[in-house]
Amino acid sequence: MNNEELITQLTTIQPNLLPETGGEWPNFFVEAADWPKLAQALRFKDDLFFDYLFCLTCIDWKTHLTMVYHLSSTRHRHNIVIKSKLNRETPEIEAVSDIWRTAEFHEREVYELFGVNFLNHPDLRKLILPDDWVGYPLRKDYEDPINMIKL
Amino acid sequence: MIEEIGTTEQGDLIINVGPQHPATHGVLHLVITLNGETIKKIEPHLGYIHRSIEKMCESLTYRQFIYTTSRMDYLSSHINNHACAMVVEKGLQIEVPPRALVIRIMMDELTRIASHVLWWGAMAMDLGGMTPYFHAFRERELINDIMEETCGARLTMNYQVPGGVMADIHPNFQRRVKEIIKQLYKKLPEYDELVTGNVIFKARTQGIGYLSKEDAVSYGVSGPSARASGVECDIRKHYPYGGYENLNFKEVLHTEGDTYSRYLVRMIEIRESISILEQLVDNIPEGDFQAKTKAVLKLPKGEFYTRVETARGELGVFIVSEGGTTPYRIKFRSPGFSNLSALDHMTRGQKIGDMVAIMGSLDLVIPDIDR
Repeated sequence: MNNEELITQLTTIQPNLLPETGGEWPNFFVEAADWPKLAQALRFKDDLFFDYLFCLTCIDWKTHLTMVYHLSSTRHRHNIVIKSKLNRETPEIEAVSDIWRTAEFHEREVYELFGVNFLNHPDLRKLILPDDWVGYPLRKDYEDPINMIKL
Repeated sequence: MIEEIGTTEQGDLIINVGPQHPATHGVLHLVITLNGETIKKIEPHLGYIHRSIEKMCESLTYRQFIYTTSRMDYLSSHINNHACAMVVEKGLQIEVPPRALVIRIMMDELTRIASHVLWWGAMAMDLGGMTPYFHAFRERELINDIMEETCGARLTMNYQVPGGVMADIHPNFQRRVKEIIKQLYKKLPEYDELVTGNVIFKARTQGIGYLSKEDAVSYGVSGPSARASGVECDIRKHYPYGGYENLNFKEVLHTEGDTYSRYLVRMIEIRESISILEQLVDNIPEGDFQAKTKAVLKLPKGEFYTRVETARGELGVFIVSEGGTTPYRIKFRSPGFSNLSALDHMTRGQKIGDMVAIMGSLDLVIPDIDR
């Protein structure tokens, strides 16, 4: 499917998707509440078949957080980027580790570095940082006087 | 964080492998739940070599941040640099001179050979064969010598910069590359004799650590480890970059999905890389080795993503720019991180002795996982 067909197809599945232009691949903003339903459709609909989640990350925009999911299809070779805005105080979004298994580790990483709470995640613990670490290092307002992470 | 060695209520034994263990090839800590000799669960604990490269990059300029990436996957540092140089070029729409493109691909493929050759030695050593390691280092030394002459460094080269390469190739470069090609053609049959056809090696690896095609895609496994399960995931083939579209090479695919096929894929990939080098070594175009770029690079506002095929799999560099001289946010999608996540799935129900073989066949580099 080319980019225009993808945009039409996705807006029929989820009418309140906000397409964003400018990127290399089609970008969509989805409400956090609609994400599980959309993820199911993206993965299991035959003409979409996004079976490969190649990047999962988060961006801190100081006013809000944005989850970014880069998806690809090994069958159709098309790519898509799904984003979701979360509030900064209690960021919550449904985990997708049951759909794409690779999300389990990536979500744990985002959980400890950004403080995003993934609902229904099978094993939401810290992965890289020690268990007693306080704060979310990849947020923009994180200060650490001991470990020099800002150059 | 560190579980005590002990037994659970069900009578399972919990043991710790690492963080300082020769079989983990670095500081990786695995907490393994065992029922007798059978693995029930593996929990990796990461972060022993976490340097927060992503956070550091937020205060480094677009010329500086490339240097940190050589330290991620130090066995394919050229390819990491290539990815970062490409993402900056994509943002600024810099046209890279043809000479630089060819030099880059040659360096990438030399790196891939060096990495696979070293992996071959390490894999055999994991399974108890000491000799292959010395054979592997003999060939790797020759490649490192080429790197030293042209790039000025043997491990963290930092040779590929936005716009091309740092310096022109050394006058000896082409002769040296031809020498290494000749040497590899002579020695690769020796490699096969030592390990590939070895009965003990086969018995230790065939049918061990099976990973199906669906699981490989779902776990985000990429590179040779996924291609051994039949996943067509070679970025050089499917999303060609930097001149790979003009080259003639095969994507190596196996369908067995066991440890032995992961071994075979890498052995054939060495030969494919040699064939790429042969196509290019006498066809390096004349001209500039670097495009003219501004002293201070500023990426326009927006998001940029590049994917390259490192020796371990797919490396993605995701830059969010606000229009300044430093990236607002940078994410490295490292191949090792996703490959490691499949380890638990692959080892369940296997024997503890086979865990080392399975982990070896994933070709993990720990700084690449932790970043």
